[in-house]
Amino acid sequence: MEQTATEDRIVSVIRENFSSEVISVESPYDFLTVNLKAGKIIDIIKFLYEKEKYQYLTTLCGIHYPENKTIQVMYQLHKLTENKRIRLKIALPEEKPTVPTLTNVFPAANWMERETYDFFGVIFEGHPNLIRILNVEEMTIFPLRKEYPLEDQTREDKNNDMFGR
Amino acid sequence: MAENYNTSVLSDIPAQEEKQYSYLNLGPTHPATHGIFQNVLKMDGEIIMDATPTIGYIHRAFEKLAERRPFYQITPITDRMNYCSSPINNMGWHMTMEKLLKLEIPKRVQYLRIIIMELARISDHIICNTIIGQDVGATTGFLYLFQYRERIYEIYEEICGARLTTNIGRIGGLERNFSDKTWEKLENWLKDFPPAFEEFSSLLERNRIFMDRTINCGPISAERALAYSFSGPNLRAAGVDYDVRVMNPYSSYEEFDFIVPVGTQGDTYDRFMVRQQEMWESVKIIKQAIEKIKKEPSHIYRADAPEYVLPPKEEVYNNMEALIYQFKNIMGETDIPKGEVYHCVEGGNGELGFYLISDGGRTPYRLHFRRPCFIFYQAYPEMIKGRMLSDAIITMSSMNVIAGELDS
Repeated sequence: MEQTATEDRIVSVIRENFSSEVISVESPYDFLTVNLKAGKIIDIIKFLYEKEKYQYLTTLCGIHYPENKTIQVMYQLHKLTENKRIRLKIALPEEKPTVPTLTNVFPAANWMERETYDFFGVIFEGHPNLIRILNVEEMTIFPLRKEYPLEDQTREDKNNDMFGR
Repeated sequence: MAENYNTSVLSDIPAQEEKQYSYLNLGPTHPATHGIFQNVLKMDGEIIMDATPTIGYIHRAFEKLAERRPFYQITPITDRMNYCSSPINNMGWHMTMEKLLKLEIPKRVQYLRIIIMELARISDHIICNTIIGQDVGATTGFLYLFQYRERIYEIYEEICGARLTTNIGRIGGLERNFSDKTWEKLENWLKDFPPAFEEFSSLLERNRIFMDRTINCGPISAERALAYSFSGPNLRAAGVDYDVRVMNPYSSYEEFDFIVPVGTQGDTYDRFMVRQQEMWESVKIIKQAIEKIKKEPSHIYRADAPEYVLPPKEEVYNNMEALIYQFKNIMGETDIPKGEVYHCVEGGNGELGFYLISDGGRTPYRLHFRRPCFIFYQAYPEMIKGRMLSDAIITMSSMNVIAGELDS
């Protein structure tokens, strides 16, 4: 119960300070998740860092939803002193996914953002060195987007109804 | 005499020549990097001025592969991340799935898993610590302790049949019970490892040469380590007692009595010592787990949830129910709940996280691995700047950067 109380507190704190930014709050599998508008995400994370001591960036990744034409970016923060975790999600338009960089708050975001750029093509504005990290530099696509299937779609020897997606 | 010199030539040469740096490729296949990754070092003589790491040489697109594989086929992918402690990765993935499916795992299975995971942690730390020794010139410990790592692999072999890429366990339990031979090998190992490890420790821990070589080599402060999202032994060496086993206990770690060793200055010696101490703690945990297992019914090695857990093969061949469930599981006829799960375990290198989005299909919609190596390796240039090349080598080995985990 205590857990929910603090979680409610942090949600209300976010709502108080950034009321127009919060789209929805959910808690899938007891993990507090806040869906936000993309505009002030860095301000919100900075606020959580400075005022609420969420000072550990656990991870950051992209998720592609072709049916909504959006690419989501998920940030997961951890407050080590109280062992509270929070997940922040923003949705960016598929054609031009742009969001300011987080490297000024967390140096650890450097490679995570490069990875997200590498696989989803999300442009992190102000990033010191936004180049591909795991894939070759000559690559022209962003491979984790859903429009790039893993296997050659012209194959006829494999029935996809039976094997995988 | 002096008047005869043509002084105009001399005046063309600037008083002080511009500083020239040399560039050195450390890697991609350098024996001291223990993996395939490159560092372009900007050197001023023997001093490193800057480093540019390039990674991705063994990138295998696991996150993309996982989007096309049924859940039970993702375990072998996780093997190949931190291949020095594959069982921890396997268990982490199983537990992520169990969290998604809300499966209740019997206590005995949890303890068996703890034994496997702690053995894996020891084998991971043996590699890291003996290689630090190797890189400073103490080969004896490396060859000596590797025998015991070999014997851990033999225990894996008894449990699952494989050694390096183990694919150990299944979603919902283990594939088979521990055999008598497994227990025997484990008992023998527990008897023989501590004295040998004691000897290894006495070779290096208070060795003047080793201490002079490693203390104050590649240090990182707690603030910087947290800013770079360090985790695992590397973070604890800097003095932050963050251990997932304690912070977010999984698989009943909360019932075990062990300490979380921390260092003070986050240098190579501290990282070495934290790992040394963790190995002792792991031995302690394994002994406690064996005691706890004695009180549990000895035939249980999987959860009682046939719709998600693959049945044993002999039942599949002889029993209609089991055959049906085997078929449903393999052909993806079982209903997987929709959901978004994050589960993390304390891997050999730190917080190994699995972020899974399931849309109810038979494969994940999205699976993201939080790989500790990938995150802390970006601090490497900062840690070696202004230091000698040979310090850079042991700093890297003490960080335990595993190429498979780095590149996913």
